[in-house]
Amino acid sequence: MDEGYRSALDLADDVRNGRQTAAAVLEHHLAAIELREPEIHAFNTVLVDEARAAAAAVDAAVAEGRDPGPLAGVPVALKDNMCTRGIPTTCSSKILDGWRPPYDATVVERLRAAGAVVVGKTNLDEFAMGSSTENSAFGPTRNPLDVTRVPGGSSGGSAAAVAAGFAAVGLGSDTGGSIRQPAALCGVVGVKTTYGVVSRYGLVAFASSLDQIGPFTHTVADAAAVIEAIGGHDPADSTSIPQPAPVLTATLGDGVEGLRVGRITDLPKGADPDVEERVEAAFAALVAAGATVVDVQVPAFTYGLTAYYLIAPAEASSNLARYDGVRYGLRVEAPDTNTMYMRTREAGFGDEVKRRIMLGTYALSAGYYDAYYGKALKVRRLIADDFARAYQQADVLISPASPSVAFPLGDKTDNPLAMYLCDTYTIPSNLSGDPAMSVPFGRGADGLPVGVQVLAPTLGEATMFRVAQTLEDTARG
Amino acid sequence: MADWEMVVGLEVHVELATATKLFSASPNRFGDEPNTNIDPVTLGLPGALPVLNRQAVELAMRIGLALNCTVQPCTFHRKNYFYPDMPKAYQISQYDVPLNVDGWLDLPDGTRVGIERAHMEEDTGKSTHLGGAGGRIHGSDSSLIDFNRAGVPLVEIVGRPDIRTAEQARQYVGELRAILVAVGASDAKMEEGSMRVDANVSMRRPGDELGTRCEIKNVNSVRSLGRAIDYEAHRQIDLLEAGERVVQQTRHWDETDGRTHTLRSKEDADDYRYFLEPDLVPLAPEDEWIERVRAELPALPAARRTRLAEATGALVTGEAIAVVVERGQDDYVLAVGAAGGDVGRALVHVKEAFADQGTMPMVPPEDLAGLTSLETGGKLTPTQAKQVLAELVANGGGDAAAIAAAKGFAAMDIGALESLVDHVIADNAGAWAKFAGGEDKAMGALVGAAMKASKGQADGAAVTALLRARRP
Amino acid sequence: MRDYSGLGTGGAVASGDVSERISRGDIEHVAKLARLELDAGEIEDLTARLDAMLEHFADIDELQLDDVEPMTQPYPLVNVLRDDVVAPGLDRDEVLAAAPDAVDGRFRVPPIIGLDG
Repeated sequence: MDEGYRSALDLADDVRNGRQTAAAVLEHHLAAIELREPEIHAFNTVLVDEARAAAAAVDAAVAEGRDPGPLAGVPVALKDNMCTRGIPTTCSSKILDGWRPPYDATVVERLRAAGAVVVGKTNLDEFAMGSSTENSAFGPTRNPLDVTRVPGGSSGGSAAAVAAGFAAVGLGSDTGGSIRQPAALCGVVGVKTTYGVVSRYGLVAFASSLDQIGPFTHTVADAAAVIEAIGGHDPADSTSIPQPAPVLTATLGDGVEGLRVGRITDLPKGADPDVEERVEAAFAALVAAGATVVDVQVPAFTYGLTAYYLIAPAEASSNLARYDGVRYGLRVEAPDTNTMYMRTREAGFGDEVKRRIMLGTYALSAGYYDAYYGKALKVRRLIADDFARAYQQADVLISPASPSVAFPLGDKTDNPLAMYLCDTYTIPSNLSGDPAMSVPFGRGADGLPVGVQVLAPTLGEATMFRVAQTLEDTARG
Repeated sequence: MADWEMVVGLEVHVELATATKLFSASPNRFGDEPNTNIDPVTLGLPGALPVLNRQAVELAMRIGLALNCTVQPCTFHRKNYFYPDMPKAYQISQYDVPLNVDGWLDLPDGTRVGIERAHMEEDTGKSTHLGGAGGRIHGSDSSLIDFNRAGVPLVEIVGRPDIRTAEQARQYVGELRAILVAVGASDAKMEEGSMRVDANVSMRRPGDELGTRCEIKNVNSVRSLGRAIDYEAHRQIDLLEAGERVVQQTRHWDETDGRTHTLRSKEDADDYRYFLEPDLVPLAPEDEWIERVRAELPALPAARRTRLAEATGALVTGEAIAVVVERGQDDYVLAVGAAGGDVGRALVHVKEAFADQGTMPMVPPEDLAGLTSLETGGKLTPTQAKQVLAELVANGGGDAAAIAAAKGFAAMDIGALESLVDHVIADNAGAWAKFAGGEDKAMGALVGAAMKASKGQADGAAVTALLRARRP
Repeated sequence: MRDYSGLGTGGAVASGDVSERISRGDIEHVAKLARLELDAGEIEDLTARLDAMLEHFADIDELQLDDVEPMTQPYPLVNVLRDDVVAPGLDRDEVLAAAPDAVDGRFRVPPIIGLDG
């Protein structure tokens, strides 16, 4: 963790034990926001009054001897695609500009119940479609470590908020890597759990069978604590796994002695040399800590990008059809309903969103379903099966999270296909539904952070976190 | 019309009688203030997710099993299209693997209509149109949308094209409704929209391949259904006999002008882009659940008709059986038999005189049994029995024998009848001569004289029989 | 990357460089399905972009998929059901306050023409 930032657990401990008030913790973070937010633009909405009220409530609980929760007073930044009642939730899109949901997402309820203090809604690529947060209708977010560069995407705002010290915890959503890749680019921890561990109720859907909410934190232990607070069965989400949140903190320090760490030998090429060097260092660190490295193959890994860019836009084209100007959001007036739809959606959606809606609609359309969407679902099966086979030989896998360190703003904006390649290493675990996380592991080109990705089998979070903890210990030590 | 065969397949949408909606816990209630039964799922708000209603599955299975379907593991699909009363711009329905498949329904007239499938899906909201003529879309300035109905659970029952007449179509709907009500799945009222019927109609020469069909919508009563089908059949015959083609299209039935009309045709037919609903998981009701539902099914109309026909000896496809079962009075008829009465006579009386008596008639079964005993014992003529019956109905029961006695009814025994006939022949020599000579018309005068002489107490049929027997 | 600057209009192959995976006519049709009122420039651009993408995505055509079951669910759950009990819903005023147009407790839209009912 970089100098000057305290972990969420340390802050919560201070608040719970009266060493600091939640109000003081909040003011410290609000000061950071005031100082650097104009330059970084991590937020769409900063919630000063609401946060102060929440902090006061935490302090009242502590004063009255009531349990303020495991994340008491921890400032949290929420990606602006998670519903917060009465608070604008825009998905960084003109079509939802100003919309205030009449309900809270489950994760928001659980965070508040844990005592966290929501400081704001963060910027994202519009409707979570992108890898740089440059597709936001409200302007890009800049990487706090180098403001000429992107923070990654689509959850760039939350990653930047944590990296810049605006919040101790950020929540993002990961559909093809939208937590792990920005985490890697911003030098923070970013986790996507097994699909179904964290409720999607209240998460504005992009691709329903791929989306998962997860944390950005400075430390692995913080991420574990957040997942323990927000994860676990939610009856409001039919795809929610009917189990409590995974137990992670208790085994965090168990080390990696005897674990088999897989190197995917047929991984697609394309990672920069500085990233490759950090990944090699990660293997070495794990071996030094008692693990063994085994070679595995995931032959279908390389087809992940294609399968994803047929499946995700297809589901998205359906999920985004509800933005029609009838019940909420933008409406462009027209003489009849059909024209109203056409004009509202044309005006309300940005270019990347339109591209994906078009691609997805086409992939599902009559005569093309089998060739595109149907075929992609089969490729998905191959990828999941290949991973399952690999996990018979290895307990976890290690790979790059992002092929490169943070790239300059504008570098890939006129080349969508080049932008899509940013997710090469993260996409396959969304397709398989298995957990994966990015752990900061040193610096690469231009002194920018590199994230190493740890991948684990279905519901293998505890092992994944042990490995991540060892990497963090090495990186700090 | 005689050279043509009408082929009709009916699609019936039924609103299930659950407390809450199919995918959310808002009330499933008719008639509330607009937009008061709403939640994030109902309104298609960003971030909302569906969760399947267990009771809706229970009722859907009751329907499937009552229609002799196979209940199978199934999935849900999204049907994508834009319409203001569709909050998500897709409807969650069932596509290639529905809950119930391959059943049948037997009509009162004995025809068996195949049921292709009965699947679950959610209902849309309701739109009302302002500014146009008669509240119709055409020429309106705007439309108002109420989402109370959005998300209400529906079962869509797809019948095979085994129906050949408008009357059969009406029977199908009537029978289906009786089944739905009997199993408690729906109140199935067409006039209130809890049962909606669309008819697919095509014409062909007997023996030919199926013709092109048109789908008729907006039929709001059983009577309209018959009229609409007959109109459409003739419309298609006129086209075909003039050498033209029938264009496959959806047509609206207009009750006021008694015709079907084509809706404004669109340039592109909608492509629903069906795909598996990723927010739901498969539904595979356990065998124990299915068997419990099957075991708990009540006696269905067809079975009740069979039971009543066997008990009474009446024709199972006859009107008396159909009417009495439809009214729910079959248990009553059987109770009359259990009380010692004659079920055959009871069936006739109930059919003719108990139209507004409800399923629990006001005449206790023992009292009606008393009446039928007098009849079968030869103590009352049919005419007398009718009068006693009228009094039983009017008074909500009574002692049939006492009523008969009070009215001075006593059926004449065979000796008295013979004697009566002697007198009639003697007193009406002219009429008798004609009748004896072969003029059957003279019978009337003779019987009339007998009735007059006996003050109506003679059994007209018995007198007639005796007169015939006396004829040389 | 291919150079699409010389891309002509229309679905037919005008120059040897243009792939036939998706045509301008396809784009116009799909835009109607998706209810997007694209302008001419967008149609040009989308035709080229989607064509390039589909060309790139042709890598899966080399896979043998005949005996592979499609995967739609990452985690195998079945029979997730909810009891038929009413729970509190949304406040109508709060909801209608967020609506673009509402009157008499209902959402108002322009005349419904050109849609399948």
